[in-house]
Amino acid sequence: MKLNRILKTVFLLEFLKSLTIAIKEIFKSKKTINYPFEKGKISPRFRGEHALRRYPNGEERCIACKLCEAVCPAQAITIESEARKDGSRKTTRYDIDMVKCIYCGLCEESCPVDAIVQGPNFEFSTETKEELYYNKEKLLDNGDRWEQILAENIKADSPYR
Amino acid sequence: MEYLYIILSEIYKILFLLIPILVSVALIVWFDRRVWGLVQKRRGPNVVGPFGLFQTLADALKYIFKEIIIPASANKVIFILAPIVTMTLALIAWAVIPFSETFILSNINVGILYIFAISSLGVYGIIMGGWASNSKYPFLGSIRSAAQMISYEVSIGIIIVNVLLCVGSLNLKDIVLAQQKIWFIIPLFPMFVIFFISALAETNRPPFDLPEAEAELVAGYQTEYSGMMYAMFWLGEYANILLMCALGSVLFLGGWLSPINLFPFNLLPPAIWMILKILLLFLLFALIKAIVPRYRYDQLMRLGWKVFLPFSLFWVILTASFLYYFDMLPNNI
Repeated sequence: MKLNRILKTVFLLEFLKSLTIAIKEIFKSKKTINYPFEKGKISPRFRGEHALRRYPNGEERCIACKLCEAVCPAQAITIESEARKDGSRKTTRYDIDMVKCIYCGLCEESCPVDAIVQGPNFEFSTETKEELYYNKEKLLDNGDRWEQILAENIKADSPYR
Repeated sequence: MEYLYIILSEIYKILFLLIPILVSVALIVWFDRRVWGLVQKRRGPNVVGPFGLFQTLADALKYIFKEIIIPASANKVIFILAPIVTMTLALIAWAVIPFSETFILSNINVGILYIFAISSLGVYGIIMGGWASNSKYPFLGSIRSAAQMISYEVSIGIIIVNVLLCVGSLNLKDIVLAQQKIWFIIPLFPMFVIFFISALAETNRPPFDLPEAEAELVAGYQTEYSGMMYAMFWLGEYANILLMCALGSVLFLGGWLSPINLFPFNLLPPAIWMILKILLLFLLFALIKAIVPRYRYDQLMRLGWKVFLPFSLFWVILTASFLYYFDMLPNNI
């Protein structure tokens, strides 16, 4: 036993073994992805950047019930609303402070009309903090841009809700 | 006018060596990181330029534009001098490395002693950096580094004596030419292994990267450095690693000689063979960085003083008696 160990140390056997393993590992497939060029798969439930959706006729879904504002644990959402001339209640202000937001997804869950959703986009870094104070225009714009994927994701996830 | 001509032609020769070395240092840093990544099944730097080859260039550009911060309590002059010393010493040693029978910047008779002297001085850059920073981690790092480099320098010196016994000359060109029959790696294989491990310790590479052990000492002697000064330390370090690889290939792998002096092998220019050998040794350096854990400090000292030093001394005696007994001593001593 002891002689065995001495021989191993003197002839660097363990070391040579690890060297061959290292050389073998070089030719194996990579475990990482080539990030900016290829991206990992994202679940339809992924909670990324927020978006406010519209109905197909272009009307905003949000009915200003303020459930999301109430449920938000980080108090990142601020809503002001008033009744429109046609009697419907709509928001005049819908701000999300993306710096405060903890991306818990409670707003999306609480929404009765699937208006506020969290999309699959996670690459919305900015150079200034101010750009992360999202207002209604920005959120609606997000909704318009991602609508197709958002609708698909909601459909895919609906059996589990 | 005559002097001016000599100076200009010398500068031309120096630049002809220096610029390729700096470029290859940049490439070797990329190579190192890439091999490291590949062994760990990562991709390594692959975005900037083809295969990420210009990654180091981009990094260097970043370092140039970064602010240089000098700590308030630092000794300014020595603090600034330290990276300059490191880099200069790492580069001037290249003057005597032969790339072919004719392409040597200065073919001095005591080439190996010159390299030895320069690499011993290399420790000053690190001590100066650690001391002048006037802070705990750099100081501890530089003390470790000094002890480590001095210890392993001793065993490298004795290993070199082995080679010199077989050659009978301190000239690097003669050392390579003496290997025409057989490369010294074959008769002196144990010495090559010990030389390689000592070279790892000498250049502060893993598993002997105690001076900058990031888990304990933040970044060792480089902790307080930033911007271009940090980059100079970094360049000096890699130039030193390349130098050790070059020294290894000159001493043991037959320098610019092709493995077999036959048709397909001797077509390649000698300098290419030299570069290939340096690259092979560096590949080993890079692979080892990926597979070994860090040594403990007392283990490091034990290995240097209690194992390598006696063993290489014993081998000196063995080589000398072998050469004497079989009357194979080189004629010129």
